[in-house]
Amino acid sequence: MAPETQTKQQIEEIEPFEAAQEIEGGDVVLIDTREPHEFQEARLEGGKLVPPGLLGDEIATAAPDKSARTILYCRSGNRSYKAAEQMQALGYENVASMAGGILAWQEQGLPVVATEGMTPEQRDRYSRHTLLPEVGVEGQIKMLNAKVLLVGAGGLGAPTALYLAAAGIGTMGLVDDDVVDASNLQRQVIHNTERIGMLKTESARRTIEALNPDVNVVEHPGRMNASNIIEILSQYDVIVDGADNFPTRYLLNDASVRLRKPVVSASILSFDGQISTFVPFEGPCYRCLYPTPPPAELAPSCSANGVLGAMAGTMGLLQANEVLKLVLGIGEPLIGRLLLFEALGTRFTELKVRRDPECPICGEDAPEVADEDLGKFPDYDLFCAG
Amino acid sequence: MATVRIPPVLRPQTGGQPEVDAAGSNVGEVLRALTAEHPGTKEQLFGADGDLNRYVNVYLNDEDVRVLDGLDTAVAEGDTVVILPAMAGG
Repeated sequence: MAPETQTKQQIEEIEPFEAAQEIEGGDVVLIDTREPHEFQEARLEGGKLVPPGLLGDEIATAAPDKSARTILYCRSGNRSYKAAEQMQALGYENVASMAGGILAWQEQGLPVVATEGMTPEQRDRYSRHTLLPEVGVEGQIKMLNAKVLLVGAGGLGAPTALYLAAAGIGTMGLVDDDVVDASNLQRQVIHNTERIGMLKTESARRTIEALNPDVNVVEHPGRMNASNIIEILSQYDVIVDGADNFPTRYLLNDASVRLRKPVVSASILSFDGQISTFVPFEGPCYRCLYPTPPPAELAPSCSANGVLGAMAGTMGLLQANEVLKLVLGIGEPLIGRLLLFEALGTRFTELKVRRDPECPICGEDAPEVADEDLGKFPDYDLFCAG
Repeated sequence: MATVRIPPVLRPQTGGQPEVDAAGSNVGEVLRALTAEHPGTKEQLFGADGDLNRYVNVYLNDEDVRVLDGLDTAVAEGDTVVILPAMAGG
């Protein structure tokens, strides 16, 4: 008898339907002996990936009990057979290889977990996301289907946009009426020297497209104001407030509460940043936190007082983190929490923010806005001029 | 004695100090102790009527004093009073 055949007789091989019955009965350790990209494409539910080259290092973690019933599978039954031999040599007493692999399994009509909705390139690009149990393929698809609007493509909007694009947020709207200036480049890293003079929305779009072609960028150049805000906001699921003035922030708050859109809001100056997440009626709104804007001398701009570039990046990325948590539905967003970051001491402080029952926007007695009045807003320029 | 955290926009009025110790049994007293020692802060904190300006948020530790007892909120030894104006920069 040829040595090969002799060896093959020593390892128990089972048919896919037998494996399925055993797996359903419970108490089976199921090992997938393929490569990561195959695993991500389609796999048996409950299978733990141990690629052949890493078996020696990883099998003890994946299959700690050497007497437990262990079933191995691969694509067609060859690699799993060899892996079973290796395991036997390591002292595993009860291993079996599934004959015909996942191909035979599928031919017999048995179910697999497939990464539907993503191309092979996407599976590769987002693998560091899909590896996270809290994200997985399902989470990545949520991100690809999400629509996020960035109000402001400047100090905050630039870093936020970069990381949301990298994450695969499928549709990103950018609102900004400004053009790229050399003094922006100290912190607005989505732009660059070649873009000086270009509309910020266009510059950001070009950078995003080069970074991640999966992202559809919608440019909204020009000022967002009472006449267009409802129409713009309606197209998105989550809003990022990276505006640089109070009238826009108050207007955005009104409109987002009316449309029930969550807003991740941050602000920066010098070495300080603030961030919170406003989910209408679930938590406070911007007006609950700041019922009245301060006079000009208490709220200087970055162009007047300066801002540490890295600090702007820090707050922008905290915004990106909030957006991803909202899209994925994981973790604890900063609802009802105001996070302060002080860059000189590298100190974080958290303050509580409560819904104001008398808030004119989201309070109990706040007036209901009829559909035809959705686009009518107070004059916030006047309101903020004090 | 409580510690008052001074926001950057007010630090010129406190000689640049980001934190100032001030004594008082309630938030109002602590803030008045602050304005006594650093008169430049008074106008930005208090209106002509002696009430706290609406555009300045004040926290006792992590809670807005508006949901507590306002300026009458009791202050214990070691507490922190945070003065927080809104920032618009983006």
